[in-house]
Amino acid sequence: MSQRVAMTGNEAAANALRQANPDIAAVYPITPQTELMHKFSSFVADGKVKTEVILVESEHSAMSATIGASASGARAITATAANGLALMWEVVYIAASMRLPIVMPVVNRALSGPINIHCDHSDTMGCRDSGWIQLFSENAQEAYDNVLQAFRIAEHPDVLLPTMATYDGFIISHTTETLEVLADEEVAKFVGEYKPEYGLLDPAKPITMGPLALPGFYYEQKRMQVEAMDNAREVIPQVAEEYRKLTGRGVAFLEEYLMDDAEVAILTLGSSAGTAKEATDEMRKEGAKVGMVKLRCFRPFPAQEILDAVKGVKVLGIMDRSISFGLEGGPVFNEIRSAAFDRPELLLKGYIYGLGGRDVNVGDVKGVFEDLMRVKEAGKVDSIMNYVGLREEETYPEQELVCVPKK
Amino acid sequence: MSKKGKEGWRKIPRAATIMRPGNADAVETGTWRTYRPVHYDDKCIQCLQCWIVCPDDAMIVKDEKVVGVDLYHCKGCGICAVQCPAKPKAIEMKLESEFAEEGE
Repeated sequence: MSQRVAMTGNEAAANALRQANPDIAAVYPITPQTELMHKFSSFVADGKVKTEVILVESEHSAMSATIGASASGARAITATAANGLALMWEVVYIAASMRLPIVMPVVNRALSGPINIHCDHSDTMGCRDSGWIQLFSENAQEAYDNVLQAFRIAEHPDVLLPTMATYDGFIISHTTETLEVLADEEVAKFVGEYKPEYGLLDPAKPITMGPLALPGFYYEQKRMQVEAMDNAREVIPQVAEEYRKLTGRGVAFLEEYLMDDAEVAILTLGSSAGTAKEATDEMRKEGAKVGMVKLRCFRPFPAQEILDAVKGVKVLGIMDRSISFGLEGGPVFNEIRSAAFDRPELLLKGYIYGLGGRDVNVGDVKGVFEDLMRVKEAGKVDSIMNYVGLREEETYPEQELVCVPKK
Repeated sequence: MSKKGKEGWRKIPRAATIMRPGNADAVETGTWRTYRPVHYDDKCIQCLQCWIVCPDDAMIVKDEKVVGVDLYHCKGCGICAVQCPAKPKAIEMKLESEFAEEGE
């Protein structure tokens, strides 16, 4: 029987991990992930889950130990954020190329410097080429749902790719929300047991994993990783459908909100999707034909699904919670613009927002909608690199910080 | 050590996993040598220290006696020659080029 509970995102994710019953968790703390592992460790200490928790000396060690455990045939997890993810960067690539189905909650936090413990997507975006599957969450419910589905996606024999289930630091991780959690038995049945084809600890079948591969073989290995990502495009909707049958909720690649007759739309990821839905509702009350698209799965990148979702739209605004320095427009903007190359009539405008936890509120998103409507009237995009909520001049607390991008 | 053609990407084991043990044996590292260890049986005291220290397990030992060097794998690091306690030493490192045939 599902239960309706009040939990923070970290608690929700910790419960999802508990119910998925990993064999090994090798972890190192970093705000805002720390409470996730505090909660999970308390489950271990109370005998509520039989995981062996290994406290390592750094995130690099955390991912290395997780890889070793996974390669031995265990269901292995770790969790991190921001510079923790950056510190494990080389091993993140190794986890993917070794085709190990590691599940890792990533609590989205800004990469230093300056040091900032608050939410943005620079950490996860920094790993977009690593070969990991990347899922984003709108709220604590999705954080819980994504962690559970991550096991099924990662461990699918046609996929076998590590999966990061990400959710926004503080906004989701530390905020108490109500959500539905499944019963332990339901999750055990949904997630199942991890049955690897082989592992390093079978003395009857000695193998080598993660060897040297000279120029004659490396390239073909990478092509196989592409194949695995392509297979994930099939598996992710299958798992989502199964989860939907079990819970009545969830989407595969993206969620469309009031898109049916929308002429202008915003696409965003993470918690700001919830803010954008509110803004969409308010704009609709004012008679504007707007909608929003929430991207749930960023890797594999669902180009066709995005194009299908915006097929009736004239102007799409893409909100990026990270910057790729040197590139005009954020990462999501550029990937969508590339995908939309064969649809030149779709106008695309990019907005950077929310860096280092800079708040984005309903008024800000409405400002984006209004800006996009100006673009629709003008029939062309003025600039593709715009900043929501950036302080251009000195402002005082009394002033409303509503986005009116400079012409 | 059989030599076969390289498979296309669909046939290579997932994640470059090597499905049988000890396959480093099939890799010829002997071509890496600049210096080759030459073992003098008449000077050898059969202490087996060269066999113990060789990082490539390239000292061939039969019936507890060093009988030669596995030139297919020996990389010519020279640790055996350094370690040899016999006086004079029973292992001498010589330039690989001394053993090359005319035109090699």
